[in-house]
Amino acid sequence: MGDDHVVAKLTKFCRRNPGLTTGGLLILPFVLFALLPEIFASHDPTKTSIRELYAPPSAEHFFGTDELGRDVYSRVVYGARISLVAASLIIGVACLVGVVLGTVAGFWRGWSDRVIMTLVDLVLAFPSLILALAVSAALGPGLRSAIIAAAAVWWPVYARLLRGITIQLSEMEFVTAARAMGASSPAIIFRHILPNAVYAIIVRISLDLGLAVLLLASLSFIGLGASAPTPEWGAMVAWGRIYFLTEWWIGAFPAVAITLVVVGITLLGDGLNDARNPNR
Amino acid sequence: MGRLILERLLTLILKLFGMAVILFVVTQVLPADPAAVAAGTNARPEQIEKLRVELGLDRPFHEQFITYISGLARGDLGKSLLTRRAVSDDLRLRFPATAELAIFSGVVIVILGISMGILAAVNAGRTPDILIRMLVVVGMGIPPFVLALFLQLIFAKSLDWFPLEGRLPTLIAPPPHVTGLYTIDSLLAGQWDVFWSSVQHLVLPVAALSLGRLAVGARFTRSGMLETLSQPYVRTARAKGLSEKRVILRHAFRNALIPVVTMLGIQIGFLLSGAVLVEVVFTWPGLGRYAVESVVSFDFYAVIGAALVIAVIFVVSNTIVDLLYVQLDPRIQHQ
Repeated sequence: MGDDHVVAKLTKFCRRNPGLTTGGLLILPFVLFALLPEIFASHDPTKTSIRELYAPPSAEHFFGTDELGRDVYSRVVYGARISLVAASLIIGVACLVGVVLGTVAGFWRGWSDRVIMTLVDLVLAFPSLILALAVSAALGPGLRSAIIAAAAVWWPVYARLLRGITIQLSEMEFVTAARAMGASSPAIIFRHILPNAVYAIIVRISLDLGLAVLLLASLSFIGLGASAPTPEWGAMVAWGRIYFLTEWWIGAFPAVAITLVVVGITLLGDGLNDARNPNR
Repeated sequence: MGRLILERLLTLILKLFGMAVILFVVTQVLPADPAAVAAGTNARPEQIEKLRVELGLDRPFHEQFITYISGLARGDLGKSLLTRRAVSDDLRLRFPATAELAIFSGVVIVILGISMGILAAVNAGRTPDILIRMLVVVGMGIPPFVLALFLQLIFAKSLDWFPLEGRLPTLIAPPPHVTGLYTIDSLLAGQWDVFWSSVQHLVLPVAALSLGRLAVGARFTRSGMLETLSQPYVRTARAKGLSEKRVILRHAFRNALIPVVTMLGIQIGFLLSGAVLVEVVFTWPGLGRYAVESVVSFDFYAVIGAALVIAVIFVVSNTIVDLLYVQLDPRIQHQ
């Protein structure tokens, strides 16, 4: 009886939030791949095999093999961990830097606000891929540089968000009350402002994660991200592009993986956003 | 309006200066060594040092900065480390290709995006609306380079409807240079076959670049239209007995355009970023591909130059969009 109740509740929830549900279902396999690649992969993702170069998809190799005889399916499975972890790192760093600077700017205003917001405006004045490309090129190629470059162009989004929230909350009565009771600035920030900003930050993160996967894949596709044997999706598509018109499977499957993850996370983020503002 | 334009222009100049500073800092502070790149992989340390002096990289930070900025003011973006050609000359050659791609994509996004948005709003909740909303989700999720690859595979390789890559076949000479846009130049020269061929070459890259953005455009137009259609003055117009077509096109449309213009401003950035990747797939000889080629060979000044030019296009077009916005909605000016 209890189980039925849970199932009924879940069905109702899913029917009410179709975007959230579809997004969740799309992203679920990739989260599992990222957590337990050893279980889902059928082969070693970096093991080459001269006898099986360019094999088309088959029962043995679900997604075929690449130009070095590596199993494309297993590489896509292992790639999930790289993409999801790297995207989380990008957003994590960007969020941390942005939250600190945005709160400082919004809370103390004055010159710190002016300096920080000028920097924010300047960074946002670039198309993000272009600035990330320049930073990542200057740092030298590699996954680490790509992650740093992506975070470097992303933090202003969070700084702007937090500044707005902080200014808005600082004018609220409960903050004035806390001030009147003699609460210190850090106490107000940590007890009253940040806890009230958490939901907005989470929604923003859920919307941005998909875009971070995309930015990272784009940088790798250009040749700035992960290098040779690493099974990173963008880099796999970049290599697969050379053979795309004949051995399409080498690039097509990682390309589809990128698309599904980005669509899935975007739907999930949109769903969360809608769940917060049912009036939208 | 005149005062406003002046104000925006001043902000624009300050912003461009700031952006140049950021790019300069990026090149100076980060670890890559331009002199080592210029000297090549087999260079001896003393060769690298010699080049460092030659390129002025041994001078103090502020001196380099002044040289760089005064160079920028004259339109000098430095020399390519590999070819030793002026980066600005290279970029001038590449610019029209990107411009042609972006202009055609922009036109497609505006025309198709707005009409799809109106279609969706007028049919809110019915099949066309649902189809367009699905397209939005897919369009936003597919990376432009993935879409470009699949378009190539399906429409160039399998169906052979459109050429695979480039701006023109190798056997056809480009039309005489006037604007650098092959479609316009070939028309001016009366070369119909060249015109037709360049249009065919544009179809797939433009499709790859605009599909996702088009969907976003449709979404913005839809919500803008729905909001204006529920306004009292629209009801009044209907009550006066005006035809539905007139109500929508004359009364609702202009106000619905306001969010669409905002959308356009955001789109330009995506369009330029996307163009970089699409140009790579279609070996389109534009700014983006130049930037990527320079990145791969660590040709540093070329990367910075290309990034700066793309950023300038972005900021300038955003300023224009901003002014357009004020033109459309006079209320904004008085705030």
